[in-house]
Amino acid sequence: MSRSTEPLIFELSSPGRMGVDLPACDVPSKDLGEVIPEHLVRSDSPDLPEVSEVDVVRHFTRLSRRNFGVDVGTYPLGSCTMKYNPKVNEDIASLPGFTSLHPLQPVEDAQGVLRLMYELEQFLCEIGGMDSASLQPAAGAHGEMTGLMLIRAYHRARGDAGRRKILVPDSSHGTNPASAALTGFEVVEVKSDSRGGVDLDDLKRLADETVAGLMLTNPNTLGLFDENIEEIVRIVHEAGGLAYYDGANMNAILGICRPGDMGFDVMHFNLHKTFSTPHGGGGPGSGPVAVKEHLARFLPVPRIKKDQNGSFYLDNDCPDSIGKVSAFYGNVGVCIKAYCYIRQLGSEGLSSASKHAVLNANYLLARLREAYDVPYDRRCMHEFVLSAARQKKAGVKAGDIAKRLLDYGVHPPTMYFPLIVHEALMIEPTETESLEALDAFADAMLKIAEECEKDKDKVLSAPHTTAVGRLDEVRAARKPDLKWSRD
Amino acid sequence: MPYIPHTPDDRERMIRTIGIGDVEELFDSVPQSLRLRRPLDLPPALSEMELIRELEAIASENKGAQHYVCFLGAGAYDHFIPSAVNHIVRRSEFYTSYTPYQAEISQGILQVIYEFQSMICALTGMDVSNASLYDGATAAAEAAIMTLNRSGRKRVLVSELVNPHYRAVMRTYLSQGLAKLDVVRSSGGVTSKDDLQNLLGQDVACFVVQYPSFVGTIEDLSVLAEMCHCVDASLVVIADPIALGILRSPGDLGADIVVGEGQSLGNPLSYGGPYLGFMGAREEFLRYIPGRISGATVDREGNRGYVLTLQAREQHIRRERAYSNICTNQSLNALAATVYLSLMGRSGLRKVAELCLQKAHYLADRLTGIRGVSLVYDAPFFKEFLIKTPLPADRVVAELRERRILAGVPMGRYFPDMDDCLLVCVTEKRTKAEMDNFAERLGEIL
Amino acid sequence: MANIPDGLRYTKSHEWVKVEGNKARIGISDYAQSELGDVVALYLPKVGDSVSQGDKLAEVDSMKTSEVIYAPVSGVVVEVNSSLDESPEIVNEDPYGEGWLVVIEMKDSSELDDLMTAQEYSKTIEEGA
Repeated sequence: MSRSTEPLIFELSSPGRMGVDLPACDVPSKDLGEVIPEHLVRSDSPDLPEVSEVDVVRHFTRLSRRNFGVDVGTYPLGSCTMKYNPKVNEDIASLPGFTSLHPLQPVEDAQGVLRLMYELEQFLCEIGGMDSASLQPAAGAHGEMTGLMLIRAYHRARGDAGRRKILVPDSSHGTNPASAALTGFEVVEVKSDSRGGVDLDDLKRLADETVAGLMLTNPNTLGLFDENIEEIVRIVHEAGGLAYYDGANMNAILGICRPGDMGFDVMHFNLHKTFSTPHGGGGPGSGPVAVKEHLARFLPVPRIKKDQNGSFYLDNDCPDSIGKVSAFYGNVGVCIKAYCYIRQLGSEGLSSASKHAVLNANYLLARLREAYDVPYDRRCMHEFVLSAARQKKAGVKAGDIAKRLLDYGVHPPTMYFPLIVHEALMIEPTETESLEALDAFADAMLKIAEECEKDKDKVLSAPHTTAVGRLDEVRAARKPDLKWSRD
Repeated sequence: MPYIPHTPDDRERMIRTIGIGDVEELFDSVPQSLRLRRPLDLPPALSEMELIRELEAIASENKGAQHYVCFLGAGAYDHFIPSAVNHIVRRSEFYTSYTPYQAEISQGILQVIYEFQSMICALTGMDVSNASLYDGATAAAEAAIMTLNRSGRKRVLVSELVNPHYRAVMRTYLSQGLAKLDVVRSSGGVTSKDDLQNLLGQDVACFVVQYPSFVGTIEDLSVLAEMCHCVDASLVVIADPIALGILRSPGDLGADIVVGEGQSLGNPLSYGGPYLGFMGAREEFLRYIPGRISGATVDREGNRGYVLTLQAREQHIRRERAYSNICTNQSLNALAATVYLSLMGRSGLRKVAELCLQKAHYLADRLTGIRGVSLVYDAPFFKEFLIKTPLPADRVVAELRERRILAGVPMGRYFPDMDDCLLVCVTEKRTKAEMDNFAERLGEIL
Repeated sequence: MANIPDGLRYTKSHEWVKVEGNKARIGISDYAQSELGDVVALYLPKVGDSVSQGDKLAEVDSMKTSEVIYAPVSGVVVEVNSSLDESPEIVNEDPYGEGWLVVIEMKDSSELDDLMTAQEYSKTIEEGA
């Protein structure tokens, strides 16, 4: 692909063009001035494009071709679980029986979708080892915030106002401390030990009566399963705190083990990671929360319930609920896809997904461990972290390697995360990549490692074959140009 | 196994490369005490054919808005979605892509977001916008938090005419120790200036108001803006984007931040989600805006391109000092909105708004022509209006549902003394015949 | 080698202070701007804000990180460098001159004794700040 630009839709405009045909007004029209005070009427129409339908379709079609998705190639982004998005789920979620439901219609009209949502809550509880769930949070971070609110409500109800702190590991995803701060907690970092797990001594030192809870994911952001997990949760519980599980890495353990069995009190799922719903270029996702019984009464309203006749309804009468975190019931359109995925795979399919996800990651690690530094030399789970420290000595950074991978037709892995690893490259292939795809990715990484030694200019000046070259991000931040303007 | 391509040969090669004897060894680090010793208790797996049959049955148990004639609003709207929108949204280069952190191969979605931001600024009269938030309710909560962060103040005022679901979300967000939330009363369908004046003070970060309001009424925001600015408080406006095709922009009337629900712009009703929160703000709020922002720049050869910018605001860099925790946004819904607004264009959006306005006023006239039915407020309205009926609104709704009409949203569940009030919404999709039928059926049951 | 001019006072969190009568002009050191990388945004206090020594005074965002700037002394903010709004890069280009951030009217000038000299600050950087 050679360099090219696509004009902005505004630059394709011509005064008077329109991309829709609307019917004429079929009711007697009133004079605008009669119904709206003049000073509240727009003096001219908003500065939107003026293009024909053909131009709109061509423009956005061309833009789609300047975008890389899982349907184009391998996307080994650590912590994102970029697995294949089943097409049947897209079709089902688009059925008019689902898409045309207004959220405020009487529940009698929505029995199908309410049943689906009720069952999905149950599936998620079974998969997570929990008792009750809510599909209301719209994304993972939203679920985290909700879970932390549940923890706060729990302590408040116990009359314990002194629990101001949330503990997070230094390897945690940024949303963990951000969600804690947004929920009014003080964030305290727990160190990781040399094996990459939680430092038990540091945890014991920090876990006291001012701690409301600990946020953790297991396997962690390094892709490592912490064998001390039961002890970790016990320490937190003994100090009177609750344990929150960040479900971003569930793809490693489906049907293998469950956060609820590890002792966690509350967790969230990322349906757009583990349960195959598409990432959509950044969203929509869905971040349902699930809890043990002692937190169920605090869940957001409305709760989806089943009456004695087997009919489903929305229960707003939950006096201990934290309230609402979304206007309605969550990203239902996304939940439908996750439901389909779980129904199609069943227990065996889900376990198989995890097993193959872990197999794929370990295979790549085996192929790459000679050429790159491996900060934690242990068996990894569904993802692993490499360090480009060796390459940095040769003058090439992780970011440069990522840009060179683009020339090989692969989306780069996650860079510079987790923060505790220098020049980190976090790789998560997922189970939907074939052996050939894995080998192609490994071959590209090995070739680039060689280039770093012998021909590093090629890496430093990458990417060469993409629609645009390396972009000036400093300029974008210092001189922000965030919208088109007529002049 | 569906979506898992490995053959036994593949697995054999892979375990040999890794240097183990069996895939099971990969789970050695999971303590035996934690290993699940039974299958998950889930329904048996389905083939794709069986899945389709099962889900089509579930879908057919629902009776959506197309099964009735829909006059429901209250935060979710049955607007026309031009066919081209879904053809673009279903292109898998868009929907199977991730957040565009690797800008060079994500120019498509980054440019879409830049165009979306531009359109939101054009509609709202604001200087800067972002790549979207979860929905209108959380956007309102995030806007209030922005004003708290920037001003250092600790109180937020919200009009009682803001959507009650949105107020509930704001209350949940703010009650985590962030700020005190006070409700400003209304009078005659608009903000009570006396009540607002009493509640405004040097400790107030913002006043949040809806335009048009939850009950459909339109009020002069410039008066409210002036009152707020007198005490250095911000005016946050929750706006209906369709209404902005015809109403003066909140920016023009003195608003500081404008948020709202973009579902009306090319996104289906979908039983409440996924929806689309949008946000526009004045320049001085730029560094406090939550979420992703796409910015234009150039590459080393001078070609124009787009990147996610000002990322140091966000959680992956600031962690606990982030002003918001948002990570995922509603990209695909924003794409739908951008395509919708491109197809509509400046004249199309205005036309849709005019159709909504004229049809709503026509229906209001027809309904209030029935004995005992009256408009609750004198204030001007756009596409929703509140009527009072001699029978309880729940009864009216139930009876009309038998006649395949979703008559409106009863207000009794939101406002205690309004059991006889019904919020009716008319979009451009409603025909004269449908509206005449509504009036006739209502006349029959009353 | 980072530039550490004499005549200024320094904190271990890399702020510098230039005493101007009963006022303190404050910025971040050359070492700090170099560690930050390209500065893209500053969150400065408002004129009239009161701060205590050690409080958060301001925030600085660069391309890869965001850091807090702490008040080296207590007092009231009397001037703020608003040219950094348009041109945050001045902090990188001229950290001790045009890249100043804030001027505080000091409440208690004896607090200056808590701060380091150029030599002391230089030593802490060498030892691995």
